[in-house]
Amino acid sequence: MKKYQMYLIMVVNALLRRKLRMFIALLAVAVGATIISGMVTVYREVPAQMGREFRAYGANLLLLPADGKGTVSEDRLPEVYKSLEGYEVIGHVPFLYERMKINEQPVLTGGTNFEELQKVSPYWQVTGDFPSPESKDILLGSEVAEHLSVKPGQTVFLNTGDSPQDMPFTVSGIVRTGGREEQFAYMNLGVMQKMMNQKNQVSLVQVSMVAGEEALTDIGKRISAADPGIHPRTVQQIARSEQTVLGKLQGLILLVTAVVLLLTLVCVATTMTAVVTERRKEIGLKKALGADSFHIGGEFLGEACILGALGGLLGTVMGYIFAQSVGLHVFGRGVDFSMSIAVLTVVLSVAVTGAASLIPVRTAVKVEPAVVLRGE
Amino acid sequence: MSLLQLKDVSMEYGGRVFALQHINLTVEGGDWLAVMGPSGSGKTTLMNVIGCMDKATSGSVILDGIELTQVSPKELTRLRRDKIGMVFQQFHLIPYLTAVENIMVAQYYHSMPDRQEAMGALARVGLEDRADHLPSQLSGGEQQRVCIARALINYPVLILADEPTGNLDEANEKLVMKIFHELNDEGHTIITVTHSQEVGAEAKRAVVIEHGHMMGEGGVQL
Repeated sequence: MKKYQMYLIMVVNALLRRKLRMFIALLAVAVGATIISGMVTVYREVPAQMGREFRAYGANLLLLPADGKGTVSEDRLPEVYKSLEGYEVIGHVPFLYERMKINEQPVLTGGTNFEELQKVSPYWQVTGDFPSPESKDILLGSEVAEHLSVKPGQTVFLNTGDSPQDMPFTVSGIVRTGGREEQFAYMNLGVMQKMMNQKNQVSLVQVSMVAGEEALTDIGKRISAADPGIHPRTVQQIARSEQTVLGKLQGLILLVTAVVLLLTLVCVATTMTAVVTERRKEIGLKKALGADSFHIGGEFLGEACILGALGGLLGTVMGYIFAQSVGLHVFGRGVDFSMSIAVLTVVLSVAVTGAASLIPVRTAVKVEPAVVLRGE
Repeated sequence: MSLLQLKDVSMEYGGRVFALQHINLTVEGGDWLAVMGPSGSGKTTLMNVIGCMDKATSGSVILDGIELTQVSPKELTRLRRDKIGMVFQQFHLIPYLTAVENIMVAQYYHSMPDRQEAMGALARVGLEDRADHLPSQLSGGEQQRVCIARALINYPVLILADEPTGNLDEANEKLVMKIFHELNDEGHTIITVTHSQEVGAEAKRAVVIEHGHMMGEGGVQL
């Protein structure tokens, strides 16, 4: 038999045949590993999960025509959208803005894609309906509707200013946002482009995507490089708020993880100290049989490492369940299993258990072999 | 040269407790010596000094030609595993290892574990059929026989037995003493520490220790 095989027999049996102590020590490591694994998973997932939550507040990136030009061709956009690959894009909604007259009153009117608009700006509260695709429906901002004294279902007359006659539009709904949108009117983009004789032209694209401030800046540079005719602009207010909240949340999670790590260290150190104390005679016996400090230290560290690895594996599974539960209940979305977090948890558990065992091991190697003869 | 020679050996703790005082003792190879005396007389301290588990504070202890008072603690550990086989009153088997694994532990610290050889040692004490039992599944007598097998496994020059029958019933005491006789007949050198007249009488020689002093040698009444 090889020496390492006997070493494994001793270390493994010390754990397996001392089930109660093993269970208590394993529990201490596993609880710590569970929280560490869970918190690290949540820490990693928080930016993405919170990013999605922040997307409810609207676009975080605007694409504008460069050099002060009024519009840009839609045909150039697919190439620009390639710069967004690798990120979770909630939606990108184009707008063509023109000043029109509605019932003889000047109103800034936007043509847009309402399907995309609802993805990018889910906070728009519409009384009635959004205009149906390709229809001559119009959505009025609440201030405009009030000024014109119109309600959903009624007809309004639009004039571009150049056309000899007014065009009838049905008011599909009235929108409230709490912002400037309430002073605008909105219709289908295609209808507006035709009316204004600006085929395929847009004045602005609002993009909503899951990305932090730094990532948005980076994306902006890529877009500028891909098409210098398009000027990307980060919506700083939203991006910075997102970054601030995320930073504080992640800091809190890190702090909790560090505290748990420390508590695990103390807990395992206490358990291992108890293990060493109750096995003084066994250590003395081994020394009486000729074991040196290297043997004794190696055996206890081996036990600690196996304990750490088992606790780490158990903690990885429990931590994933914990993170999954947090994801589902807090963010309404599950989290992906991460192999790197699993490896980190096991390595960290082994390291913490090993470190926590150092003081008890130092005590163990100091036990005098004579204790077995004295019968202490 | 004698296997073991103690010259004017004293052992004191903190300058107040004198556990051994001016002990002189010689043990030849193949001898069987009983160290006798009442509790607290210094028997166990003497065992610790001879068994390389403690260093005498003064005097000279020569085991197999090596002066034990001059060697480092690391060297003392090596001598313990190479030269000494220990048998304890309370058996001291590792509770989570089987009988054969307990013997292989001694091999592991000494050189290489060899299950076949360990089984041979168990057979030597009549326990080959109990090889895979845990200590808790063995009787006191069986545990002591495993302990003897473990003491023999590394071919020590000296077997030290501390009250080897102290926790055994009469039948097991006879069985263990029979094994010691067989070992001694084969040439093994044995030192037993005991307060029992009967056990002491089994040895070839007996010395008595009282209050750390060697009182004499032979069939002294305690």
